[in-house]
Amino acid sequence: MGQKITIEPVTRVEGHGKVTIHLDNEGNVEQTRLHIVEFRGFERFVQGRPFWEMPVVVQRLCGICPVSHHLAAAKAVDMIVGAGMGNGLTPTGEKMRRLMHYGQIFQSHALHFFHLASPDLLFGIDANPAKRNIINVAFEHRDLAIQGVMMRKYGQEVIKATAGKKIHGTGAIPGGINKHLTEDEKEYLLNGDEYMDIEKMISWSRDAVEFFKDYHKKNKELIDAFAEFPSSHLSLVRKDGALDLYHGVLRAVDSEGRKILHDVDYQDYDKYIEEEVRNWSYMKFPYLKEFGRNKGWYSVGPLARMNTADFIDTPLAQKELEIFKNYNGGKPSNKSMHYHWARLIEILHSAEKIKELLNDKDLIEGELVTKGNKTFEGIGLIEAPRGTLFHHYKVDDNDLITMANLIVSTTNNNQPMNEAVNQVATKVMTGQREITEAMMNAVEVAIRAYDPCLSCATHALGQMPLEFEVYDFNNNCIDRKFKG
Amino acid sequence: MSQFVRFTIDGTECMAARGQYIVDAARENGIYIPTLCNYPGVKPKGSCRICTVRVNGRLMTACTTPIADGMAIENEIHDIVELRKSIVELLFVEGNHFCPGCEKSGNCELQALAYRFKIMVPRFPFQFPLRKIDASHPKIIKEQNRCILCKRCIRAIRDEKGRSIFAYRRRSNRVEVVVDPKLGKQLTDELAQKAMDVCPVGSILVKEKGFITPIGSRKYDHEAIGSDIENVQITKI
Repeated sequence: MGQKITIEPVTRVEGHGKVTIHLDNEGNVEQTRLHIVEFRGFERFVQGRPFWEMPVVVQRLCGICPVSHHLAAAKAVDMIVGAGMGNGLTPTGEKMRRLMHYGQIFQSHALHFFHLASPDLLFGIDANPAKRNIINVAFEHRDLAIQGVMMRKYGQEVIKATAGKKIHGTGAIPGGINKHLTEDEKEYLLNGDEYMDIEKMISWSRDAVEFFKDYHKKNKELIDAFAEFPSSHLSLVRKDGALDLYHGVLRAVDSEGRKILHDVDYQDYDKYIEEEVRNWSYMKFPYLKEFGRNKGWYSVGPLARMNTADFIDTPLAQKELEIFKNYNGGKPSNKSMHYHWARLIEILHSAEKIKELLNDKDLIEGELVTKGNKTFEGIGLIEAPRGTLFHHYKVDDNDLITMANLIVSTTNNNQPMNEAVNQVATKVMTGQREITEAMMNAVEVAIRAYDPCLSCATHALGQMPLEFEVYDFNNNCIDRKFKG
Repeated sequence: MSQFVRFTIDGTECMAARGQYIVDAARENGIYIPTLCNYPGVKPKGSCRICTVRVNGRLMTACTTPIADGMAIENEIHDIVELRKSIVELLFVEGNHFCPGCEKSGNCELQALAYRFKIMVPRFPFQFPLRKIDASHPKIIKEQNRCILCKRCIRAIRDEKGRSIFAYRRRSNRVEVVVDPKLGKQLTDELAQKAMDVCPVGSILVKEKGFITPIGSRKYDHEAIGSDIENVQITKI
């Protein structure tokens, strides 16, 4: 008798996941699925709203990386007001937005690595959960914990200076930005109180990369072999191939590094990318049309960006990218745990970029907004902390939204996360009739590497409210565990 | 007859020029009486009732009642404050007011009053009325979800001949404020901006002018509504 998984989508909001595991009649794991039951509905309820509200309204999708939605939507509405595609703004407009974005990347990555991921690395996947948490990190690795908290604070202060407040600001407006950086804000971020010091942030970012590399040396099996599987990788890159988190062209490479999407204009994204709906999840499965549903899926996020970019235009991060690429033999890394490594290189890159921008006079003075001939459609892409984020809007003659399509970063990583979960579950649970906490956490570690939105929205430090169910070949649920 | 009148507000002896309304006389004495439909330079209407005070035992609207000698006015009295608070709460539940995405957030008088009254959540059930945005005018959007029917725009925005450019349409609970179709062309850029400024909420929005004022520079970002009159912190209430 074939196996069957019963899935009942729960009516919970983003932040909850469900893993179902199917066993065959010999107790082997046959299929594992990660169900993310987020249903936000923004695409529908922004219809009929004025287009200039989009950057402020749609960012409410998320409380962790609202800046990404804020800027992706702003880039889309820039096109509607005729301000060009990403690079048509005034120097002040573009640089203020970039500063906001690097602040966002910096704080979000710091949050993930120090608060969510570090307990696994410091104490081990199978450590006692009472010990494997951020509180214990604070007890046993005080300096690291302080760095994590203060790096996040620094990023949030950058956001506040550019967007008006730390969460859900209003800085980016159609065609530009609504404020300059004041001299006081600049001084505070360059050389403020004890921790508001960009040099310290760069130094701590370097320490974090070194910490990971050192950990990697001692734990090669975990970092290199855990949840490793061939994947394509997609991201924006600058036209010259540099890592660019704010604007660029779309590039994808396969698991061997061959270009499969050749630096195309993202305005044509719907020519290349399709989204599949599967009946067991509210989250769609995007894929590259040319390669079909089964082979066209791809990864996004820090690891994908390290794999697609040719180089990084800041010296310290470039040096780390070279080490990363050399370690992987010049080919893309398909190792899920390398996401952490890539994320830390991006933290360093963001800190370098923040320093560069803070010393740029265009932030202090210059025109804030530019406009041109109005159009009725806008597409904005950005590299959010978790990967490529797509915003697409159409408006009518009265400036009201008639269509919205959002492909959020975690959606792009849907298939890779399922692959990772399946691989880890198969490895650790095959033949097991009881699910142990360590097994559950191993699955979580695989998911957590991708830093999906659900892990951010749980409000549980280092833990995700996950539901595990194991079914036998007669479709009886033989074990169920809830964690949250 | 003296050109000044003497009266008390909550027992405090006050004096003000004769011939003005209670709300203005109170202002002269550094006392804030909340208002919403009232607007400087526009004939008062007394429609929102937020400014309700008790004068010699009777409830009256402070924006339409002339000050007179010997008035004993009750303002910051618990039951009156509760009454005002109820009106603000009712206005919130009667429309669809989603502050996080509203251009007027920080400059909105209704929101500012809610903060002043420390309203965390209305005690009445939300009605979630089905209302559409009227975006047909080339210069402005009329966001009907947020309109509180105060008539400020009808009273304040007039063409060169003194005709109201905004008007009521329909009746009863279907009533709404619209741009008078016959006078829509009279709404200049200047008048459109004035209409947006006159509106106490985010119901009249000049097209494409969203979120230009940064957070921190909006009217009520740092000071509670009325504090310019009282020059004291809101904790006084």
